[in-house]
Amino acid sequence: MVNKEAFNCERVWHEISNYLEGDVEPALRTAMDEHFRTCQRCSSVLAGTRTVIRLYGDERMMEAPSGFGRRLERRIAQNVRVTGGRWSVWSTWLVPVAALLLIAGGLRVANSLTAGPQLKSEHAQPGQGIPLDMMVVVTSDAKLFHLAGCGFIHNKQTERTLTAKEAIREGYVPCLRCMREYLSTAAKGHSALGAEADAHLDTEEGTTHGGGE
Amino acid sequence: MVLNNPVVRNPMQDAETTREQDLIARVQRGQNELFYELVKPYERRVYAAAFAILRNETDAEDVAQEAVLKAFANIRQFRAEARFSTWLIQITVNEALMRRRRERTVVMEGIDDRRDEESDYAPRDFADWREIPSEALERKEVRQKLAEALASLDRKYREVFVLRDMEQLNIQETADALGISVASVKTRLLRARLMLRDLLAAGWEQGWFSRLPFEKGNKPW
Repeated sequence: MVNKEAFNCERVWHEISNYLEGDVEPALRTAMDEHFRTCQRCSSVLAGTRTVIRLYGDERMMEAPSGFGRRLERRIAQNVRVTGGRWSVWSTWLVPVAALLLIAGGLRVANSLTAGPQLKSEHAQPGQGIPLDMMVVVTSDAKLFHLAGCGFIHNKQTERTLTAKEAIREGYVPCLRCMREYLSTAAKGHSALGAEADAHLDTEEGTTHGGGE
Repeated sequence: MVLNNPVVRNPMQDAETTREQDLIARVQRGQNELFYELVKPYERRVYAAAFAILRNETDAEDVAQEAVLKAFANIRQFRAEARFSTWLIQITVNEALMRRRRERTVVMEGIDDRRDEESDYAPRDFADWREIPSEALERKEVRQKLAEALASLDRKYREVFVLRDMEQLNIQETADALGISVASVKTRLLRARLMLRDLLAAGWEQGWFSRLPFEKGNKPW
């Protein structure tokens, strides 16, 4: 119930944004509607706030520098391989490259099993086999990284999205539930992507993974 | 006016959605040449999200391009239950925040950020609200004034406002993208909207919206 005695303009201003979101209890909405009918100040605030949302939400407010679209298209064309357009084309060169990296970097990869970032959990394997550019989710005070939407994410209000590479670098380890597909790939041996992951972390960061506990 | 994810759709929107889903599926199957066609409708939104965080045109363009390439690299991880535009904007925000962290520009605005977050904001101008028609946005100088008003907000208010009211993310998606709580999003959004309302009211007095069609004896209020 809304206490009408305590219902004043300050209360309306405090709730006006939630009111526009449709995020107030029915009783409060009714009380606010009634207040707007009789209070000129608050109806002015409501009208103005609506105008702000309408004007700024207009597509015309989304401006980009001249030529931005053309430059973006060119950048995509330079970076996106259009060779008959099959992902399998990527894998046909990725596998031999990964194999070469494995051979050439064999010693370093072996060393990587004993040194690396401090894992947040001693009872998990590091993120081998996970595609490095994949977007994953971590939360503070937790040890795992997840796919977005995983049902085992705790403390969701501190959720943060980053790449798997960054999560691994920060010491997070993969969630065994949502990352199962990638981990089973890695477990069969060093997968192509896993090897690439090691190589990337090795060369770019000067660090390596720790081994599985 | 209730803003929460309107469910009313029209056949045009449905056709657009179907077309987009088809494009996504084809790019996921390897038709890479279609990727630009997929992101083109959102390219200005991607830039605007990056600019809201970085406040620098060069950095914003660079980050916007990087974010689009990252989206391409991860297109197979995209799941149909999400909106493609939201996913793209979230990647962009993440890239922009990482860039800012790396370049430590956050220090420049850190002092403002500690001010007044918890205190209530009282609107200032209570004159009868003069409705501003959307046609006003046809004029570049009006858009410029609105952009300047937005730029004058503290970073934390500006970012939430841009993601919710301009990029049309919902409250939860805005919280996720910025790594803050839903309660913080609501508090900052309220304040951003009220401050912009006051700035527009003041702008009216300063003649930002002069030469509008309704001044020729067709006043709507």
